[in-house]
Amino acid sequence: MSASAESAPVLSIKAGITYPGFTLDVDQELVLSRSVGLFGASGSGKSTLLRVIAGFEKEARGRVGYDGECWQDSDRNDFLPAWRRPVGFVFQDTRLFGHRDVAGNLRFAASRGTPGGAPVELGDVVAAFDLQALLSRRVEALSGGERQRVAIARTLLSRPRILLLDEPLAALDTGRKSDILPYLESLPDRFGIPVIYVSHAIEEVARLCDRVIVLSQGRIAGTGNTTDVLNHLGIHAQQSPLGQVAVIDAKVVEQLAEFQLTRLDHFGQFFVVPTLTHLSVGSQVRLSIRASDVAIATEAPRGLSVRNILRGTLAGIELHPNSAFALVSIDIGNTMLKAELTRHAVEELQLRAGMPVFALVKTASFDHRR
Amino acid sequence: MPDLGPLWLSLTLASITTVILLLVGTPLAWWLSGTRSRVKPFVESVTALPLVLPPTVIGFYFLIALGPASPIGSFWMRATGDALTFSFSGLVVASIFYSLPFTVQPLQSAFESIGRAPLEAAASLRAGPLDTFFSVVVPLTLRSFMAAAVLTFAHTIGEFGVVLMVGGNIPGKTKVISIAIYEHVETLNYADAHLLSAGLLLFSFAVLFVVYAFMRGHRVSLR
Repeated sequence: MSASAESAPVLSIKAGITYPGFTLDVDQELVLSRSVGLFGASGSGKSTLLRVIAGFEKEARGRVGYDGECWQDSDRNDFLPAWRRPVGFVFQDTRLFGHRDVAGNLRFAASRGTPGGAPVELGDVVAAFDLQALLSRRVEALSGGERQRVAIARTLLSRPRILLLDEPLAALDTGRKSDILPYLESLPDRFGIPVIYVSHAIEEVARLCDRVIVLSQGRIAGTGNTTDVLNHLGIHAQQSPLGQVAVIDAKVVEQLAEFQLTRLDHFGQFFVVPTLTHLSVGSQVRLSIRASDVAIATEAPRGLSVRNILRGTLAGIELHPNSAFALVSIDIGNTMLKAELTRHAVEELQLRAGMPVFALVKTASFDHRR
Repeated sequence: MPDLGPLWLSLTLASITTVILLLVGTPLAWWLSGTRSRVKPFVESVTALPLVLPPTVIGFYFLIALGPASPIGSFWMRATGDALTFSFSGLVVASIFYSLPFTVQPLQSAFESIGRAPLEAAASLRAGPLDTFFSVVVPLTLRSFMAAAVLTFAHTIGEFGVVLMVGGNIPGKTKVISIAIYEHVETLNYADAHLLSAGLLLFSFAVLFVVYAFMRGHRVSLR
């Protein structure tokens, strides 16, 4: 952790805004330690909340304050315009300036930027985002992933005190996403700037964020540390696809260099995942496991290629009568895994709550490069 | 060889009008493109009036508004010792109004078309409003600035009715090329009318051609 909780600035938001058919109403003291995820379905108000923080919504009611400063107070008619807030904003559509090349876009930010902001050197950013070869390229000639890298680098060069990322991966395909993720992952520690990350993808939030705020229909539906919040969601939001993911905290215990695998410990049960090169032994990781990647055995399986076999107790079965499937929860000690099984399998294996089972997860389901 | 004075007078009038209109029309167009004020439709209507009114109507009202008996005209008389009507200064004032839509409308629609996205991006990088205007908006709308300038210039050169009403036909002061041609035709001096007309035609075509050719090679992207 680069910023301790006591010294971390607080963003206090008590604000609302109404559009036809949508109301945002948020009251939250946000401690900006390292990385906070804003998570929710599309249309839940994530981007709008980010725009309120950035100062793009002058019509918002209520107040926004940061570290004792008032940025916005509709009662007192106070409004600090966006360009005077120390906030960096990475847009989903990048918004690079088409009349400048890549270097020109970076210099635009570097020559302006927040007065007194953390020093961010052009050379460091170019190196961190591998931009050397792109510097003289026209913006139109960049791929989606390259654009997003330039956009994040440009925002960093404006020396913000808070970095807002509005679904920076949403427009990219899976391969590109996994190219960018390591850059995003290293942001808070490498540049020491707290990040607020908006996404509707549970895997991204689980991987990048320490704390999560869940938005639903313009209101905050939950907040807390990532593992708790996302797992809690899973039990109560079965109807949405995000309900079928379990989030697990684990610790790196061994790098199996020969097989390019990393062994992880989750309270005495072990996982093997494709190598997490940037993590050293002893560091914490968060895994998201889709219910569709989990299978169940009633006896200890033998002669099986699956590397992750976890002992547990079957905690609950939820049959989905109008489909072929059932959602089964398995208590593996400290965490609830979920498995999407066929109702046929539930019946044939005579699964019922309380029985000991083995949960099977293929290592390939952790490979973000798929 | 006809007297070329009217040609130079037209070019001078059009140049001065274009420069002043770019200075005045740009902030007006910027304001119109971003405002939600209730007076916006009123201002837009006034700006567009020269497109629909006959030049004689505009000229007639200017004649009254700028005359020595009017507040503006008498103020000008006291300040400069010269009348606004039947003078070159009066022509400039009338031309500014008459050509206003040709500056404001292309700029306004260009400003509207770039949208809020680049402005928000610039603001998020700590660029202030004036900084954003000159370092982002102007480069992105350069093409429309060219178009506005050319249209304003050309429209002022082609002015006839307003000039005749406000300025009359005083050689060296208000006798611009369109008036000179009219006079040549009236006095059946077709030879000089031909020369001036053909000259104006060629000049206008050449200017337009150079500008369009330049803009073709000079692609300015909006995103």
